Amino acid sequence: MTLNLTLKVWRQDGPRDAGRFETYEANAVSEDISFLELLDVVNEDLVAQNREPIAFDHDCREGICGMCGVMINGQPHGPLRGTTTCQLHLRHFKDGDTVVVEPWRAAAFPIIRDLVVNRTAFDRIVMAGGYVTAPTGAAQDANNIPVPKANADLAMDAAACIGCGACVAACPNGAAQLFTSAKVAHLGLLPQGQPERWSRVNAMVQRMEEHFGSCTNHRECEAACPKEISIDFIARLNRDYLKAQFKDRRQLLRATDVASEE
Amino acid sequence: MVSRTTPGGGGAVAVPGAHPRQRPRLWLLDFYGTAVGKKAVMAITGIVGLGFVLVHMLGNLKIYTGEQHLNDYGEYLREIGSPIIPETGTLWLLRAILIVAVLIHVHAAWSLTQMNRRARPTGYQGPRRFVAADYASRTMRWTGVLLALFIVFHLFDLTWGPANPNFTRGEPYHNLVESLSRGWVAAIYIVANLLLGLHLYHGAWSLFQSLGWNNPRFNLWRRYFAIAFAAVVVAGNLSIPIAIVSGAVD
Ligand code: FES
Repeated sequence: MTLNLTLKVWRQDGPRDAGRFETYEANAVSEDISFLELLDVVNEDLVAQNREPIAFDHDCREGICGMCGVMINGQPHGPLRGTTTCQLHLRHFKDGDTVVVEPWRAAAFPIIRDLVVNRTAFDRIVMAGGYVTAPTGAAQDANNIPVPKANADLAMDAAACIGCGACVAACPNGAAQLFTSAKVAHLGLLPQGQPERWSRVNAMVQRMEEHFGSCTNHRECEAACPKEISIDFIARLNRDYLKAQFKDRRQLLRATDVASEE
Repeated sequence: MVSRTTPGGGGAVAVPGAHPRQRPRLWLLDFYGTAVGKKAVMAITGIVGLGFVLVHMLGNLKIYTGEQHLNDYGEYLREIGSPIIPETGTLWLLRAILIVAVLIHVHAAWSLTQMNRRARPTGYQGPRRFVAADYASRTMRWTGVLLALFIVFHLFDLTWGPANPNFTRGEPYHNLVESLSRGWVAAIYIVANLLLGLHLYHGAWSLFQSLGWNNPRFNLWRRYFAIAFAAVVVAGNLSIPIAIVSGAVD
């Protein structure tokens, strides 16, 4: 089966360019190809006509690297639940459909070109505390540190985050709560994450708020997440953040320092 | 870039589009300075609001048990705790808590709105399709603003009197019937209560998330609670203008 699609794609020559939609016809494309392959097909046409191809990000094309996120018909990664753009196949579209493709929109994700955005702000959140500081050396024996199976499973659910940015793109507030909460939770649920649990959540929330909006519980992120990460992690982030106000010794120490200075 | 090795470092690195925060002073202010903190404060002040609208609605229902009963209830509110607490002392304490809660709630909403506008200065140029965010959640700030305007009108109408042609201080039953027998006023009350319902429907669920009250055992009940709470308050309140306009109460 093949189908004909009309693509309206956001074209922007550089970070400072105003950008505009351009329309392309994709005729007789196989319904078995992925959305990125559709863009490849369109790009081959463009190159053949000596026109600039559409710039888009991608790497693994198997739904695990998180590079390929774009808005497809007003939804991050398109209409299919729990699916990245690279794993979205054209059989989910109808012959004759018009498909609007646009980059993520957020102050923290500046557009580099066409559909490509800079997601460094996510790295900065992780740099603020999304790791364990102790040198861990080689892998330990499997049962050295007991982890309850349920906790391991939940931590894995959180660790499934591929950092694609769909949560921010979906959020009407441009908030990064789902991403940050997943990063905080996958360490916070494991024994290795405990020593820095409270300073981590404080630091990562602070860093997050330097870049992103605030969560008002629209739940749009959860619906958009290609890894179907639950907003339960956001509640967990909020709870940990509240507790950290009383448990983060680093912050409490700073409080006593400030008091004794004055 | 930052070469820090411990989580929790401040890291005052200038990055375009970033809004670094000031050094902490008072802990509570510092906490309120964060968006997560503001949302927790909005949830708590929202709970104060929930308590108020529920008690207010229950008090209103006394209109159905007769003029004397409602007026006595109004008088009782002034005398709670008396004689240990001076007359209207408790009432003013409750009012003060409510006023402070509303002011903080509004301030937090306003400042988070600013933050969220900054977070997406250029919106989507194509049509946006929402799949989870419902009408109530996306209109919170508008239902909030409209409710604030309504509250001002409501105070002028039934607390202070200038918006009510036949206002008599200390006779709530009379004032209520006088005011709401005007069709357009009844319409305002009905619309305002429907807006209140929307606001409660999202708020009474959202507060659990903001405070981190999440547990698989009762997660579904948070939604049921919000629906039931909004429905009960709105139904109770709506019955009054309808009863007055239809002449069932006069
Ligand atoms: S290209 Fe790696 S997730 Fe889509």
